[in-house]
Amino acid sequence: MDALLRNFFNIDVFIQVFPYLLQGLFTTLWLSALVIPLGLVGGLAVALLATQSESRILRFLVAAYVDVFRALPPLVLLIFIYFGFPFLGLDMPKLLAVALGFLLNNSSYYGEVFRAGLLSVPQGQMEAARSTGLTRMQALAYVIVPQATRNVLPDLVGNSIEVVKLTTIASVVALPELLRVARDAQALLFNPSPIVLAALIYLAILWPLVRWLSRLEHKNLLGR
Amino acid sequence: MTDFDRFIHTFFNLEVAAKYWPDLLKGLGVTAGIGLLVAITGLVFGVVLAVLRALQIRPLSLLIIAFADIMRALPPLVLMIVFFFAFPLIGLPMNAFTTVWLALSLVLAAYAEESVWGGILSLPRGQSEAARSTGLTWWQTMTSVILPQAFRIAVPPLTNRVIAISKNVALGSVVALNEVLNEAQSATSNSGNPTPLTMAAFAYLLLFIPVIFAARRLESRWQWKV
Repeated sequence: MDALLRNFFNIDVFIQVFPYLLQGLFTTLWLSALVIPLGLVGGLAVALLATQSESRILRFLVAAYVDVFRALPPLVLLIFIYFGFPFLGLDMPKLLAVALGFLLNNSSYYGEVFRAGLLSVPQGQMEAARSTGLTRMQALAYVIVPQATRNVLPDLVGNSIEVVKLTTIASVVALPELLRVARDAQALLFNPSPIVLAALIYLAILWPLVRWLSRLEHKNLLGR
Repeated sequence: MTDFDRFIHTFFNLEVAAKYWPDLLKGLGVTAGIGLLVAITGLVFGVVLAVLRALQIRPLSLLIIAFADIMRALPPLVLMIVFFFAFPLIGLPMNAFTTVWLALSLVLAAYAEESVWGGILSLPRGQSEAARSTGLTWWQTMTSVILPQAFRIAVPPLTNRVIAISKNVALGSVVALNEVLNEAQSATSNSGNPTPLTMAAFAYLLLFIPVIFAARRLESRWQWKV
């Protein structure tokens, strides 16, 4: 019990590292605020190409893209970009590597979600919108995409929670987000309490979101 | 050397590939083995939890909900790092293999429990009432009426989860598990050439693209029967 308190919940260590972990948390939050919109835009583009394009080749390429990034672990992608590209003589800043890796990976996941949403809007919606004189682009922007988004809102929220959790892999390329800061503190103090505190912080932020998501999904299930 | 040659020499260097492919193959074996183990233990544990929750014993249900919430809220990498670096200090030493297997199994179990429970909930109450009124016991009702239907509803979200979570075996490289990514990283630093990283990426594609195709078939077959 004593060992547990000293190593996991060491109050002195908690107090000492808390300000640093808050900084790490801040980095995690703005990183999420950067990569989630990027993924949403990329994903919507992927989904629109997959469902609206007339070209079979283009649709095939988009489907292949989605499958490849569903199969490739994001950490493999990130390490490939961050450690591989400099061998070509390209300068690869951490943030750019992370943003690029997340954009490629998340566009595929958000793309699948949006695709399901676009397919759930009945064909008649497009026909009706076009018959009122809207162009195809206008119909997509004002009629189809808003309904598609609403239909898959729980999945979009769920995927965004996954993205926030995924920002932890940026620790591997030494981007100072919450997990990285906690690991550095642990190494410096020879005490794992900072990691436990980081885990508690992740829980404090993400647990309410997970709860909210469960209720959202539940409501969707009953509304069907 | 043209830019193209340089690109090939950097990322598709045959000499480097020839030298390191046995290491990577070994890593691929480890990745596939742990991925499969995680899928099995995670799914089994998740279904057990969903069935226990269906007993509707309040304290037990609350415990299961808390477990599922925590495992879905914590990033898997954080879980692994706590298991690997913190647990030994309270007398629970864990090697890299146990760490990755246990962490990912718990995470998958949480998602599987939620999906199967969602399936159970979405069935009309009349199903279990009708089954019980024909003389089936609670257990028989569960195993031969409720679960088979709940699985059908749970399959599409579950296949996605199984793939997303088993490919997280790559996170094991952080705790020095000798899976593909870790082997590729040491081969890259030994050879001074990132070709092994390219090979690792292709190894993951080789492993998971067939799984994705199989999952899609499974989904469409089960959907069609409903």
